[in-house]
Amino acid sequence: MSNDLKRTELYQWHVDNGGRMVPFAGWEMPVQYPTGPVKEHEITRQAAGLFDIDHMGQISVRGPEAEQFVNWIVTYDVSKMNLYDAHYALFCYADGGVIDDLFVYRLPDPENADRHYFFLAINAANRSKDVAWVTAHAKEFDVSVKDISDETYMIAFQGPNAPEIMDRLTTVDLTQMARFSAVQDLILDDVPILLGRTGYTGEDGFELFFPAEHAVEVWKAILEEGKEEGVAPIGLAARDSLRFEPCMPLYGHELSPTISPVEARLTFAVSFDKDFIGRDALLKQKLEKPGRVLVGFELVERGLAREEYPVLHHGEEIGVVTTGMYSPTTSGYLGMALVPREFSKIGTDIEIQIRNKPVKAKIVKRPFYVPAYRR
Amino acid sequence: MKIDPNARYSKEHEWVRKDGENYLYGITDHAQDQLSDIVFIEFPEPGESFASGDIIGVVESVKAAADLYMPISGEITEVNEHLADTPEILNSDPFGEGWIVMFKSSDPSEFESLISAEDYEKLTGEE
Repeated sequence: MSNDLKRTELYQWHVDNGGRMVPFAGWEMPVQYPTGPVKEHEITRQAAGLFDIDHMGQISVRGPEAEQFVNWIVTYDVSKMNLYDAHYALFCYADGGVIDDLFVYRLPDPENADRHYFFLAINAANRSKDVAWVTAHAKEFDVSVKDISDETYMIAFQGPNAPEIMDRLTTVDLTQMARFSAVQDLILDDVPILLGRTGYTGEDGFELFFPAEHAVEVWKAILEEGKEEGVAPIGLAARDSLRFEPCMPLYGHELSPTISPVEARLTFAVSFDKDFIGRDALLKQKLEKPGRVLVGFELVERGLAREEYPVLHHGEEIGVVTTGMYSPTTSGYLGMALVPREFSKIGTDIEIQIRNKPVKAKIVKRPFYVPAYRR
Repeated sequence: MKIDPNARYSKEHEWVRKDGENYLYGITDHAQDQLSDIVFIEFPEPGESFASGDIIGVVESVKAAADLYMPISGEITEVNEHLADTPEILNSDPFGEGWIVMFKSSDPSEFESLISAEDYEKLTGEE
């Protein structure tokens, strides 16, 4: 395997525990463990799974104009966020194309008690692009932007049993914690940790941030604490199927510089009543209605759709599959695709071209799996 | 890694075993392990004839698709329909319940030209 690939602090743990290491976004990451992706998926839905996602990046934005600045570069109105809120948002270009999607946290600034700062969790593949974009725009504001990815470790702990297990390791009461909020605490006596009740699996749970030197210790402590409940490490393959079922977009698939948040139906993360880079283009698209939109589909005939397969209507190519796979929870062969708006109605008959053969499919309701915390 | 001593093998990690007048065909334990969880299989139709090296179907795992190649020429007599609803059998029992197709071949020398179990074991050991 190439020597250019980066490794997380848990690399050796993954190898020692049968993790199958693959290149992903410049990192060598476990795609699965001996448990296998389908079972790992089920463990996360039924008990809880632990994910090494330290390849993801983090940026801190501090200073007197931090709020104005973050509001200018992200789609969501962060002035509406209270201290310790976490919210999904996007960085967009002026034309509305997506640079990245991210989670924004509003936290107290440890260096200035009167101030808040913003903590941005970003995708691994976009880290350098994001940092360059944020830094370039920061020049006109009284803020300091720092890429804190290397010193910050990130893991996700997701599943119905995650809150109860995590609560046994923290001093604060996590059971009372609201979805999309954050707390700061000390675990294992002296490890400072930021817990966001967020995640990208459709399950309850947390994304955890703490100093990178404690990676192995924290990882092992959570596995040990959740042993009886069946907590297991989960690889990237199951992470993908877990985010796919609730129809959560993945950058490079459902989002890109040529796919806007309006097309991807993410307007819940776009605040049109404030100004930000890309607003005018997105507002125009929203008012005029986008020419194409993201849809969910199910194969009616036997087949398995994959990314980039053409979508047809009566044999004529109308769109493209962005993600397609077997859904372990629904046992369906499902997909997401970008199609012209006139074909987006639920029940519309389409075909997916699978190895030169059109296979019948129909548009179905999204999400395929309603997130546990929304039920 | 399991090997069936009674089968012969292809470099594409498929096995062929004599079954009376016909031959059974599947993928090896090594192949299923490399693919990981198998979630879909596309079969040929009974009655279809293929030359050695032709693609006769596809096996899809969670992350990858792998073509199935006809290791020797022959005509499909039966497909293991049972796998359509339970493709995971390919993972759990690749040499037994996980057989994929049955076919008849007119030239027995083609079967003899396939890789022996002993040599196949060496081949996978080197990978």
